[in-house]
Amino acid sequence: MPFLTLDHVSKSYGALKVTDDVSLSLDATETLGILGPNGAGKSTLFNLIGGTQRPDAGRILLEGVDVTAQGAAARCHAGIGRSFQIPHPFVGMSVYENLLVGSAFGQSGTDGAARCREILEETGLLAKANLPAGKLTLLERKRLELARALATHPRLLLLDEIAGGLTEAECQSLIQTIQRIRDRGVAIIWIEHVVHALMAVAQRLVVIDRGRIVADGAPGQVMDLPVVQEIYLGIDADDQAA
Amino acid sequence: MDILNLLIQGTLLGGLYALFAAGLALMFGVMRFINIAHGDFIVVSAYLLLVAVLTLGLHPLVGIALVTGLMAGAGYLGQRVLLNRVLDEDILPPVLVTFGLSIILQNALMEGFSADSQRVPAGGFDTASLSLGSEIAIGLLPLSMFLAAIGVLGVLHWIFFHTHLGRLLRATADDAAIVPLMGASNAHTFALATGIASAVVAIAGTMLAMKTNFDPTIGPSRLLFAFEAVIIGGLGNIWGVLAGGIILGVAQAIGAQIDAGFQILAGHIAFLVVLALRPRGLFAKS
Repeated sequence: MPFLTLDHVSKSYGALKVTDDVSLSLDATETLGILGPNGAGKSTLFNLIGGTQRPDAGRILLEGVDVTAQGAAARCHAGIGRSFQIPHPFVGMSVYENLLVGSAFGQSGTDGAARCREILEETGLLAKANLPAGKLTLLERKRLELARALATHPRLLLLDEIAGGLTEAECQSLIQTIQRIRDRGVAIIWIEHVVHALMAVAQRLVVIDRGRIVADGAPGQVMDLPVVQEIYLGIDADDQAA
Repeated sequence: MDILNLLIQGTLLGGLYALFAAGLALMFGVMRFINIAHGDFIVVSAYLLLVAVLTLGLHPLVGIALVTGLMAGAGYLGQRVLLNRVLDEDILPPVLVTFGLSIILQNALMEGFSADSQRVPAGGFDTASLSLGSEIAIGLLPLSMFLAAIGVLGVLHWIFFHTHLGRLLRATADDAAIVPLMGASNAHTFALATGIASAVVAIAGTMLAMKTNFDPTIGPSRLLFAFEAVIIGGLGNIWGVLAGGIILGVAQAIGAQIDAGFQILAGHIAFLVVLALRPRGLFAKS
């Protein structure tokens, strides 16, 4: 049974369909990359999966259980952890305390404090642990997004453009971190514009355009599809054929 | 010596005002919720103690514990069942609903207890005092209230900074929309905040009941004192609330010394001066 199933899910803002009849399933240890132009509805898809928004139509299932009507807190308990494209740290609290909130109220872990320490080490934030989160740089805030999501002890991690704006060296270290998380058996869906980062981690690639899934398959094959080159790289399929 | 006496009496009164203010500040801090019925909740607590002591014959301390538990539970439920429904981006609906609650509570108390002024006897404790020198006498009741206020604020401080619940409340104050993704629903968190605030309100109201005469209509002016103490001290700082309460209490004590009718006005003037000079309060977090 897949860990996550989206069954004909749709979401509109007024006349604009941001998620248009999307069906998708993900195995419990799968790593899925999502590509797509800005405004394609990628982050909305995360909102629907994470429970901060409800779909207008369709169902969302976790391990076969319909969670469409459940809120974000219940989905967190069911094992979904989410990082945001624009970091939203709890600015008045220390970095360590940010993680403690996730570990105390997310999936009940065994030893919250020790695990938070491990996560801080893994995400390179240990030296900043006692700093107020509001004092972090943008890069550090992005790491904190990842760290805080990990603190809830997720079985599925939703990463929203955490590699954007990083230097090549920073990106490499992020890729290694995510590979380690993947290798621990955590399922990952990663929305990212940095294609080589996705290719290094993802076992499967989905391309979304105007709310619809236009390609779904092995990363190498998906990137070679004419429809993907047209949408994502701006190459006209007809030109290429000619 | 007169000045010293005024400072002491005003400071002791300020402890009570800090308690009035703490519940209001907690609810506003965590969920941006302005509870117009806050003062009436204080008065309801006073009447509950009256019933516990005079009707049920309980010891005042037992009564305080009982009323505190009752109010905490009622606060949790009230938030969950009623107030959560009106919490949104728009700040007006909560104000309207709690304004309505305020009127309902005042009239219900009027119906149940009449408009007569009441007081809960504290068994002689309320008139006992410590003499310091020949001119200064510190009432045992005001002194223990002040110490209790510091104790309550200390417990709040400890909860906020050393418990999971406190971190949850601070995280919600920072960014309530993100907290559900950490596994805690806002509905429950908000209700916990109101439950804690109501427990503090109960302690404040029961102290008021033993210290002074009260009737069903005094809620709104307690709300005003609470607002003033919060704004003088600055939002987001527990000990700022205590400072705000003390400044308000001392100003009132000095005003009362000048003329009995000047007491309340002096507090308002102190509030306006702080508002004019430091609009964000004396101890606000930057």
